[in-house]
Amino acid sequence: MRFEPALLRFGRWAAILVVLLLVLIGALVAFGLPVGESLRLLGEGAAADKFGVARTLMKSTPLLLTGLGVAIAWRAGMYNIGGEGQYVVGGLLGAACASFLAAAPAAPLGTAGILMACIAGGAIWAWLPAWLYVRRGVDVVISTILLNFVAIQLLGYAVSGPLRGAHEQVPLTEALPQAIMLHHFDPQTDLHMGAILALVTALLAWVLLFRTKLGYEIRISGASPGVARAYRIDGNRARVLAMLLSGALCGLAGGVEYVGSAGQLGIGFSQQWGFLGIPVALLGALNPIGCVPSALFFGALFAGSENLGRFTSAGDTLVYVIEALVVVGVVALQIAAQRRTATS
Amino acid sequence: MDLFALLRYSAPVALASIGETISEEAGVINIGLEGSMLCAAFFGMLVTYGAGSPWLGICAAVATGAALHFISGLFTILLGADQVVIGTAVNLFALGFTGALFRSHFGQSGKLLSVAVLPSWPVLIVLVASAPLTWLLLFRSRWGLAVRATGEYPPAAEAAGFSVARLRLSAVTLAGAFAGLAGGYLALGLAGSFSEGITAGRGFVAIALVTFGRWRPHLVFLAALLIGYLESLQFRFQSFGWRVPFQLFIALPYIVALLVLVVVGKGTAAPGALAQPYRREK
Repeated sequence: MRFEPALLRFGRWAAILVVLLLVLIGALVAFGLPVGESLRLLGEGAAADKFGVARTLMKSTPLLLTGLGVAIAWRAGMYNIGGEGQYVVGGLLGAACASFLAAAPAAPLGTAGILMACIAGGAIWAWLPAWLYVRRGVDVVISTILLNFVAIQLLGYAVSGPLRGAHEQVPLTEALPQAIMLHHFDPQTDLHMGAILALVTALLAWVLLFRTKLGYEIRISGASPGVARAYRIDGNRARVLAMLLSGALCGLAGGVEYVGSAGQLGIGFSQQWGFLGIPVALLGALNPIGCVPSALFFGALFAGSENLGRFTSAGDTLVYVIEALVVVGVVALQIAAQRRTATS
Repeated sequence: MDLFALLRYSAPVALASIGETISEEAGVINIGLEGSMLCAAFFGMLVTYGAGSPWLGICAAVATGAALHFISGLFTILLGADQVVIGTAVNLFALGFTGALFRSHFGQSGKLLSVAVLPSWPVLIVLVASAPLTWLLLFRSRWGLAVRATGEYPPAAEAAGFSVARLRLSAVTLAGAFAGLAGGYLALGLAGSFSEGITAGRGFVAIALVTFGRWRPHLVFLAALLIGYLESLQFRFQSFGWRVPFQLFIALPYIVALLVLVVVGKGTAAPGALAQPYRREK
C-alpha cells in the first residue's frame, strides 16, 4: 500500500476539513439528531471554555502517542494492531514498578522511572510478535490480536491479585501519591504535562523517520522490500526495531495515562486508545507531524461527544461511526490520488 | 461438559472461522469479521424483537453479515484498498453503529432485553455439516479450485479464464453469511438478547483459528472445539474450588493458538496471495 505524502500538502487541508465536516454532519443526520444543535453541543464540549480545551487536549494525548506507534510500525510494513495490548502491558509494568518504588523516591526520578518501565513494557509486548514474524513467519496481524487478549486478561489478574491496593474495595491498584503524578497546569482541569511530552515525542518521531538512517531503512523496508534488499538493508532488523519503537510509544501512551490522569489501574484502564491509534495514524497519512492535527481532531470529537452524550440518547458511541467513515474517506482519497497519477 | 453443550458454546466462533477459511483461501482476510458479527447480532435481535420470530431474525443476521462483507469486499477487491485498513473501519463502524442504535432504541443504559430464543439444533446441524461440506466445496469442486487459485496466484486464475474479482467477491460474501449466522446465533440462540460489544472478540479469535487450523475447514472446526473446551475449563476449575486465577483460563486459548503458530510457523498451507490486492493487467 502506498501512502500519499501529498495528502499532507497544505492545499489539501481545506479539502480534508470539508470532507471531515461533511462526514460529521452525515453521521448526525443518519442518526436523526438535529444537526445545528448537535454541532453546537459538540463544539461546546470540545472548545467552548478552558474545560473543553483541556478535555480535548487530554483525550488527544494518548491518541497521539498510540497513533505515532501505529505510524512507525505500519511504515515498516508491520501491521501492528496490538497497540491496545502494548498500552495495557506498559501501564502494568509501570504500576508494578511503582509498587516496588513504594518508598517514594524524589518525585521527578520516580515519575521518570515509572514511565521508563511503561515504555519497556510496551516494547516487550511488541517484541514478541516481531520475533514471531522474523523467526517463525507468524503474521503480525494475527499475533498482535492474540496478544491483545492475553494483555487484557493479564491486567484483570494483576489488578485483582498481586497489584491490588490494600485499601481498595474494587480491583484497583494502589493510587499513586500526588507528588509522583505528572504536573497539572491548572488544578481545575485534567490537562497535564503528558500533552507536551506527546507533542515533543511526535517531533522526535518525525526526525527519526525522515532524518535518520534507521528511519530511511524502516520506510524503505516497508515500501519496497525488493529495493531494500538491493541496497543491502537488513529488512528484518528494520522491522523488529520499528515494532520495538511502536510498542515503546504505545507503552508510553499507557504510562502517560497512568501517571498523568488515572493514577491507578483498574480493569477499565484501556479505553481502546491502542486500537484508536489506527485511525489517527491513517488520517495523519502515517506521518508523525500529520498525526498531531489528526489526534487533535479525534480528541476534540471524543471531548465533544461526551457533551453530546449528556443530551441525546444516541450517546457517545457515535464517535466510532465517525471514525470509521473518516478511515473510509481517507482510503477513498488515496485511491483517487493513485488513479489520477496512474492515468496522467 | 457434554458434546452438545460444547458444540453450542463453540458454535459462533466455529461458524465464523469456517466462513473465514473460504475467504482466506480466496486471498482475502477479513479483519472486520468482528464488526460483521456484531452488526448481524444487532439486526438479528432487532428483527426478532420487531417481528417476534427468531427465524426471521436469524435470516436478517445472515443477510447483514453477507452485506457488510460484500461492501468491504467492494473496497478491498474492486478498488484494491488495504484489507487491514478496511477491516479496522468495519470494526469501528459496527461498534459505534450498533451502540448508538441500541441506545436510541432501547434506552441510554441499555436495559436488559430478552427476545424469543432460537432453537439450537438447526444451527448446530448447519455447523456440523458445514465442516465437511466446505472442505468438499473448496477442495473437490471446480469453484473451489478456482477460488484457491485466486488466493494462491491470481494471474493464473485470470489466465484460465476466471474473473478474480467475481470469485473473491463471492467467497467473501459467503464468508459474510457464515459470520452473520455466527453473530445471529450468539444473540438469538445463546444469549437470547443483545448487549453492546456482545461479540467480545470472538471475530478476532475466529481469524486466528483459521491460521491455527492450517486453512483446512475440518481442522479449523476441530480447533474451534478445542478452544471452546479450553475456555469451558475455567468453570470446571472454579467448581473444584482450585485457586487458579480464572483469567488464566480466559487467556489460555489465545496462548495456545500463539504457541501453535510458533510451532508450525508460516508453513506452506497459507494462501500465497493472502491480503494482497490484485490489479488486472490492462
